[in-house]
Parts: sequence; structure tokens; C-alpha cells
Amino acid sequence: MSIFIDNTTRLVVQGITGRDGSFHTRQMVEYGTQVVAGVTPGKGGQTFEAVSPEGKPVAVPIFNTVSEAVKATGANTSVIYVPPPYAADAIFEAASSVPLVVCITEGVPVLDMTRVYPFVKERGARLIGPNCPGLISPGRAKVGIIPGRICAEGPVGVVSRSGTLTYEIVYQLTRAGIGQTSCVGIGGDPINGTNFIDCLAAFEADPDTKAVALMGEIGGTDEQEAAEFVRDHMKKPVVGFIAGQTAPPGRRMGHAGAIISGSSGTAAEKIEAFEQCGIGVAKRPLDFVELIRARLSMN
Amino acid sequence: MNLHEYQAKDIMRSHGIATPAGDVVTMPEAAAESARKFGGPVMVKAQVHVGGRGKAGGVKFCKTPDEAREKAAAILGMTIKGLTVKKVLIAPAADIASEAYVGIIVDRERKKPVFMVSAAGGIDIEEVAATTPEKIRYHAVDVRYGLMPFEALELGFFLYTDAKLARSAAKVMQQLYAAFMATGCSLAEINPLVVTPAGEVVALDGKMVIDDNEVDRRPDLEALRDADNEDPAEVDAREHNLTFIKLDGNVGCVVNGAGLAMATMDLVKYYGGEPANFLDIGGSSNPEKVVNALRIITTDKNVKAILFNIFGGITRTDDVANGIVTAIKANPLTVPLVIRLTGTNEELAMKILTENGLTASADMDEAVKAAVKVAAGGVAA
Repeated sequence: MSIFIDNTTRLVVQGITGRDGSFHTRQMVEYGTQVVAGVTPGKGGQTFEAVSPEGKPVAVPIFNTVSEAVKATGANTSVIYVPPPYAADAIFEAASSVPLVVCITEGVPVLDMTRVYPFVKERGARLIGPNCPGLISPGRAKVGIIPGRICAEGPVGVVSRSGTLTYEIVYQLTRAGIGQTSCVGIGGDPINGTNFIDCLAAFEADPDTKAVALMGEIGGTDEQEAAEFVRDHMKKPVVGFIAGQTAPPGRRMGHAGAIISGSSGTAAEKIEAFEQCGIGVAKRPLDFVELIRARLSMN
Repeated sequence: MNLHEYQAKDIMRSHGIATPAGDVVTMPEAAAESARKFGGPVMVKAQVHVGGRGKAGGVKFCKTPDEAREKAAAILGMTIKGLTVKKVLIAPAADIASEAYVGIIVDRERKKPVFMVSAAGGIDIEEVAATTPEKIRYHAVDVRYGLMPFEALELGFFLYTDAKLARSAAKVMQQLYAAFMATGCSLAEINPLVVTPAGEVVALDGKMVIDDNEVDRRPDLEALRDADNEDPAEVDAREHNLTFIKLDGNVGCVVNGAGLAMATMDLVKYYGGEPANFLDIGGSSNPEKVVNALRIITTDKNVKAILFNIFGGITRTDDVANGIVTAIKANPLTVPLVIRLTGTNEELAMKILTENGLTASADMDEAVKAAVKVAAGGVAA
């Protein structure tokens, strides 16, 4: 099993003919994801060529709108690779037609997100991102940009606010023979569609997930709330890490969300919350391997 | 992106908020001239992107034009929290009957713009929040409806019992909300909002921070940037699409991805070193970015070793290797270089480096340890 995406995922790619969209669509098809449609307004009727894991050519039909694509192909998930000024509208469009929307785009203005967030909730859809690497359920499907070859099937759920740091830790787990049910990058922006708690609840409910690795960052209080959720609602063990222990206050560290303002959101506060709520603390990325291994062997 | 007080006030004024007219000057004589023009006591206020200007001596009350010249001469060129004051704002000093605070921030928990208002203005709102939280009223705005008139009036009555003043304040709230949304702010505040003896509600000081993502799509906002008031290396980095923040250590770091960059800095510290910077070369690689990154890092004389930590996902490690080789050929390094790279096209990258007499590790911990050691004057293992 896995969370959010699996063999039943039928994906529509918004921005399939763009530079990033076309590159990653080929990667997703090659990984075995069912990419059933693409959307680029004005290019409806054309097809996008990719290659399946078996090396066979795949022709993905392109539509002008998401609703057309969904009607014609039964797509149930959308992934968005459109430039930041148009990302909010792409999310509105996707959430109006499919229940799961993954927005990879980095640089979406936060005021746009204040409009997007309630809209998506009212439609009953789930948004992952923006400014995220997407998610992967190893051996089943990948939606987004997480490199498939660094993952392996196994018992660990991974949830993270970052991209390459997630790759680093997933890769170290995989090399140590510890595979994953799903890896979810929730994104580094101040307002995102899915938070740690949503993912922790999903992993707790997933029978194949035996332990969870959580990678947080400085800024905000999401990690502290996640820690309380682990204490109050989870039986499965969780190991956590906080990036940005050496970051100076008041400066945005690449991720718009990674900024320490006032006394709220420091790495020290988050680590303390982890310790108080029974989350194993990885002091450095490499520590995940041993901490997770120890918790898996207790099951 | 931070705006200067005078820029924030210009925007507020264009949205109808009453705020004293002022002149921005760069020379003491112009300060005296401005004071003469206003014809009464003036405030001379340093225009720098830091809080606590007043405490640092960057805001002065002046009774006469001569005094304005003298105070402006003292403030211009002064350094406040590392930034040199190049401009001062000359504004008529106001008679103040009361001081309030009105601010709007985008709140990540409520996922909405949130008003904070307090009748205890004129001082740090963080201080009020810490010591007398009951003096602050919060109101989250549903952006689909905006700030409704009755909500604005409720906030107005929280500040003033007098109905006329409450109505004036409510109007300011709506104007500030309009300015906040139109400018793509992440923060806008008026502190203090004052009532003059004549009963007028006036914004005496204004601050605005614009969401950097908004600036990217709005050339009109980019024009407000004062690059003079930023670290030159950070400006240089931004112009080359790199995210760079200077720190005080001696291990220069070049990393792809913000989370990994922070984790790399943390690991430098874990092994007993101090990072010299945060530098994210971003997702899609391009040898040119690496060349610029190395150039920017090597201008920092504190840097005693340079550490590359690259995890190739979208980033192709061979692009990074080519960038390193190109940069070093053009400008040989005077400090040791430690490279860690793994992921996409790793074999090709290793081949490029080896052919050019460089070595790389695939292990993050090993590389960080080595960089810390050579920065401290040791020899790499």
C-alpha cells in the first residue's frame, strides 16, 4: 500500500509541453506512472511522445482544458508545471475537476495562496505543494520530480518540506536496504495545501507503513503541531530532522517558509517539541538510517 | 523585499491614507532647506532596512533648519546594524495626542491576511504581544470578501471610543488593506497611527515588506528596490538567479536546494566548523551558475575552504563539474576545494573532475568533515 497515489492514479499533466513539464512527463511515464493526458491551451488535439518502462512508445493526448482531459480520459490526479504567475489559476482549474492536485511550481505569491487554499478545501480536493517535489509511491507511481532510482519499495513513510534534502535522506535509507511506502514533499512555502499532519494521519492509516521519517525546517509551527499529533494520535514510530539550525533569524533561506521571525520557528524549539512528544531526533541526515532501523526491528 | 519608510508612505498616501509630506535627501544642506520649507520643527529619519532606527540614533527631532543640517550630517554615513545610511527623510514633526498600532501580515497558520491593532502604539508590537497581549486585537480577513466595512469599524472602535475617530481609523484600515493587496505585501504596518490635536488620524511611520515572489512578476515593484541598501554579494547573486546569504564562518558552501543547503550548513557546524554562507544554486543546473557561485564566494576573504554538496536530481552533476572546471581555469582558487556530488550523471561528472586533476566524494559526511578540517588549516585526508 501507499498514500495518495498508487496503481490506480490516472494523471493529467498541466503544462506538458513546457521545458520542465515535458522532461518530467517522460520521467514519470518511464517510471510506470499512468500519464493519461496533458493540458496546454492551444495545443489540444496534438500528442506528446514518451517511452514506457518496457521501452514501448506512449502517445499522451493533449487537451486545451483540464475538464476536457478528465472527461475524455478519466484522469483523477493533476500535476502542475506552469510558471508562477499562472499557477494559482492552474490549481483552481485542476481542483474543479480532480480530487488530487500536485503543484510543483516554485515562486507562487503567498497572496495567491490565500485565495487558492479555501477554494481547494471547498471543492473537497487535496492540494500538495506548491513549491514541492511532488510524491512517489515506489514501484507504483510517481507524480512530480523525485528521482525514481533513489527510492525502493519498503515499510517507511517519508514526509518533508524540502526537495534535495529528501532525496539525500531517501537515498541513504535505500542504500541501507530500507525502502519506502510513499515519499511526499509538501513544499517549502508558508501556505501549502497539505501539511505534515495530513501525511502523518495517512501513514498511520496505511497498513504497510511501519515507521515514518519526517524532515522539517525552521519557520512557522507546523513541526510543533505535527509533534503533538504524533503524541496524541499515532502508534507508529516517527523519526524527525530539522534543517536550518545554523540559519540567522529574519532571513529567508531559499524557501519562502524558512524564515525565523521572533522566537517562533527556531530549530531548537522544534527539536524540543520532537523530544517531548516521543519523536526520535536525527541530528544529521545520516542518523535516519540507524534510528529508523532500530524502530523497525522493534515491530 | 523591504521598502523604505518614504516608499511605504508614498504607497499609503496613494491609497488615501493621511501621512505627513516629507523630503528624501542625501546631503545635510538639503535637509536644512527642507526644514526651512516646512517652517517648523522636523524629524530627521534614517532610511535603512532595519528595525530599531530610533534606538540606534537614526531618528532625531530638530527645532531649526540649522539643527536639521547638523543632525542630518551626523546620521548620513552612520552605520546601523551593518548598513550605511545614504538617505534621510525630513518630515514635519507632528503634535501627537495618542499613538496606536495597525498592521497586516500574512499568517501561515490561519492562511489569511491578519490585522493586528492596538491602542498601545509607538513601541515594538512584539513587546506589546509579549507583555500585554490583551491590548492587541487580531482579525483574519477572508480575501474573497476583503475587509468588510463593519469589520473595519469594529477594529476602529477597539482603538478609539470616539465615534468620529473610530470611523476615521476604520477608513485607514480599509485603505491599508487595499494598499497591502495591491502591492503584494507580506507585511504592512503603521506605527504609530496618531491622532493630532486637531482630531485628524494620521500615519506617522509606515513599513511595507513585499513578497519576493510578487516582485518577480511585477517590474513596477522591482523598481522600488534599493540595491544600495543590500549586501553587494547578495545583489550580485540575485542577479544571477542564485540565493545567497552571507554568514560569518570560513567554510564556503555551494549546494543545490534550500533544504539541503541548510542541512549542509548544519553539518558543517556539527563537525566543528562554521559556514561562511548559504548558497543555493537551485534546481536546473547550468555551468554558468556554478561559475558565478564560485566568484561570489571567493570575494569573501574569510573563506578558507569551499565545499560543494550536490545531489543530482534535476540538477545534472556533470553540468556542475563543468562549471567548476571552467571557473577554476579562468580564476585559479587560492583556497582548497572539497567536492561531494552524487546522482544524475555522476560517472560523467567524476570523469570530468578527474581529467582536470580534481577529486570528489560521493558521501556528504566525509566531504563536510574534510572541508571543516582544511578550513581550519589541516590537510585533507
